[in-house]
Amino acid sequence: MDVRDDVVDILAGFLLFADLSTPELDRLVELFDEAWFADGERILRQGFSGSGFYVILDGSAVIRIDGVDRSTLRAGDYFGEISCLLGVPPTADIVAVGPLRCVVLPGDQLEHFLVAHPKLMFRLLQGEARKLRSTSKWQS
Amino acid sequence: MAELTKEPFPPGRYPVIVVGSGPGALQLTYSLTRLGIDHAVISEETAPGGMFRRWPLFQRMLSWTKPYSGFDHASRAYERFDWNSLLADEEGNRGLMPGLMDGTSYFPSRPEMERGLVTFAERTGLRIRFGCRWETTRRDGEDFVLGTTDGEYWAPVVVFAVGVAQPWKPAIPGLEHATAYGELRAAETYADKRVFIIGKQNSGFEIASALLQWARQIVIASPSPTKLSVNTRSLVGVRARYVQPVEDAALAGGVVILDASIESVGRSGGAFKVRTKNARDGAVLEFEADDVIAATGFTSPLRDLPDLGVATFGQSRLPAQTPFWESATRPGAYFAGTIMQGSLGLRKHGIPSNSGAVQGYRYNARVLARHLAESRSGIQVPRAKLQAAEVVPLLLSEASRGPELWHQRSYLARVVILDPDAGLIDDGIVPLAHFTDFGGPDAAAITLESNGRDDPYPALYVRRYGKVSEHLMPPHPLLDFEGPIYREQTESALRDLLSPSLSSTSP
Repeated sequence: MDVRDDVVDILAGFLLFADLSTPELDRLVELFDEAWFADGERILRQGFSGSGFYVILDGSAVIRIDGVDRSTLRAGDYFGEISCLLGVPPTADIVAVGPLRCVVLPGDQLEHFLVAHPKLMFRLLQGEARKLRSTSKWQS
Repeated sequence: MAELTKEPFPPGRYPVIVVGSGPGALQLTYSLTRLGIDHAVISEETAPGGMFRRWPLFQRMLSWTKPYSGFDHASRAYERFDWNSLLADEEGNRGLMPGLMDGTSYFPSRPEMERGLVTFAERTGLRIRFGCRWETTRRDGEDFVLGTTDGEYWAPVVVFAVGVAQPWKPAIPGLEHATAYGELRAAETYADKRVFIIGKQNSGFEIASALLQWARQIVIASPSPTKLSVNTRSLVGVRARYVQPVEDAALAGGVVILDASIESVGRSGGAFKVRTKNARDGAVLEFEADDVIAATGFTSPLRDLPDLGVATFGQSRLPAQTPFWESATRPGAYFAGTIMQGSLGLRKHGIPSNSGAVQGYRYNARVLARHLAESRSGIQVPRAKLQAAEVVPLLLSEASRGPELWHQRSYLARVVILDPDAGLIDDGIVPLAHFTDFGGPDAAAITLESNGRDDPYPALYVRRYGKVSEHLMPPHPLLDFEGPIYREQTESALRDLLSPSLSSTSP
């Protein structure tokens, strides 16, 4: 584990982790590393291999596609899961807006992580469904 | 040692101050001096060497120096095989470590490593004010003011090379009774003892390896399963030198390796009682032990820097840094040595840089020195011009033999810039994250990468009109990236950049 001792309390307040008990969260954070990004740094890079699954602890970031900012991510939001699940490079940059603190799981560990935490996987699926729904509404 | 103990740099104002005298500080002051940058170096120690004057406890390094590699010890290509020597420009000061080792192992002993650092400092004439302990920090206008045991120092730029070697213990009830790394007794005093080690990183397995022939029972416990470097194909995980306890556990020799959280540590008579909870099924198991050792990690002794706005992260409390190792939240505060691992880089496939180890941060220090020269001292370090026909061979030669790329994969890159006025310029070694994230003229950067499964492979990044594209090449069984496949792929990726007209702009 290389995360600070306040990470469990922060994650406990996020929807994605809402079904997990504190002991479960204690064990879960052992899998993550903590990362910190300066304003303007890219966390995911459009078209680059080897990305990971990130959860924002503090701060905000923008989703940038071909240089155009599309939307903003905040504490509790997560990103990188599509790239990790499909084994393809991200289709967008994620760029820090001001200081950004995250936890990160390497991409090749996401499948095992989700299978080991089915309630969390369901929450993540709900999140994907919401993203798909809002994208469909936006396109219609 | 006379040169080193003259007490240079009295309190006062300097353009740059370096705090520390471990390998990170030594490499940086050497590189700053070579570039002609006026600076002071202060250290609380009495001689060069930093943590290697005391640690590793069991007296041999984890980083190797291979005496026989087919390359001359003074050559740049040899640095790939020598993880421990500091970097010098003068031939006689390069590759010092193999000449100081007794040949019994390719891992230097701690005294050999310390001797290597002292020898480097002596031969290159490094000047350090020893016995000067940094205690407080405040701001005065654009300056940092360092309060030390010798008085106050002012500087607009301070580089902290103070290591990540302060033992850290998590908030587990009763853990204050446990012995920390650095407080251990001599190995033989653990004869016939039951030893409980908390932590499955290298320090925990280093202790277990040293006690194998002494302890009656060794339990190694933490919630996460043991990772081994031979499986991760990186420096993540327990190094092969310390894997013997894993085999002992597998063959039921008396070592127990447990994936469990530690609920509490208590005393019972003359013994400890350690209560654990299995990470998979939550089953509680209690162990009796004669000694409990907390190998639970280390933090960086940053003193009051967080109060000045230096943001830190992770269990190690590393300062958050830009790609050029400047505090991301307190400009002017830089870091050198193993603290540089707080500048994460791309971390592709979850694999960190080697900035926590000498073989990684010695190159960072050289890059940082050039960056400080150009951004803070107004010194422009010359760059070589290139003909278009030279670019592909240069990049592939660097991928095959460039030690910076081998030791700092996906982290440092060799860069060639297309300057609109001057043509093609060899920009030298640059942090890859700076190249990919912070814009600039059209350019190409080559690095080596690993994915945790295959052999290393070259990765080329091309920046055109501000947009950076990634071009991965295949691994090669002999790690030779200069053959036709690599030439064709590199030429194809650089075709736009290397149009024939460019060569006419070169001299």
